[in-house]
Amino acid sequence: MSSQWFNSEGNMKKTTLAAALLGSVMAGCVTINIYFPAAAAEKAADKIIDEIWQLKQGTKPQADQPQGEKK
Amino acid sequence: MISTSRFFSLLFLAIFSWAPLAQAAADLEINTPAITSLKQSMQQRYGDLAGFYASGAVGLTNDGLVAVRDPAAAPLAQRQTMNSLVAAENQDRQAMYREIARANNHPEWEAEVRSTFAQRWIGKAAAGWWYQNAGGAWIKK
Repeated sequence: MSSQWFNSEGNMKKTTLAAALLGSVMAGCVTINIYFPAAAAEKAADKIIDEIWQLKQGTKPQADQPQGEKK
Repeated sequence: MISTSRFFSLLFLAIFSWAPLAQAAADLEINTPAITSLKQSMQQRYGDLAGFYASGAVGLTNDGLVAVRDPAAAPLAQRQTMNSLVAAENQDRQAMYREIARANNHPEWEAEVRSTFAQRWIGKAAAGWWYQNAGGAWIKK
């Protein structure tokens, strides 16, 4: 019962098709992870820098500048 | 037909079991013991470095590190301390970029982590601090 779905020829094709689909879905998941997650990295950097420079809740004077003219 | 739908239910199961992995990819892992201790070390050192940032003796480089920009801006007696603080800070920063890349199972991301930090350090720097622009010139924020 548990494996009867790939016993007949016709279902074999469907199985192959579904397996290919599953494979591409998994490949998609992996692909996302290969590219550098720039937004996540920025978020992580902000969190770490805030802790190192103690920028949250204005513990340091004039630290939270609205990003100025020069870049 | 039944078998196909069974297969697709398996397929969905497979997709859902992968969902937590996709979720994890949305945030970078930064809570490892190594990263935490580097963070604490830099947080402590900041108390000593802050004065040098403010006076312009030390500036933020465009590659995510710090450098002595103008030794004359620091009192002679403090220059040796300043140099060792800068060296220690750079060691910690480089170790942190490497650790973040490694903690996320992509050691090859180190350079990108570093350049992301370079931008964010400068973005969050206080007014009056010095930083390097892309061309390497020192600019006062």
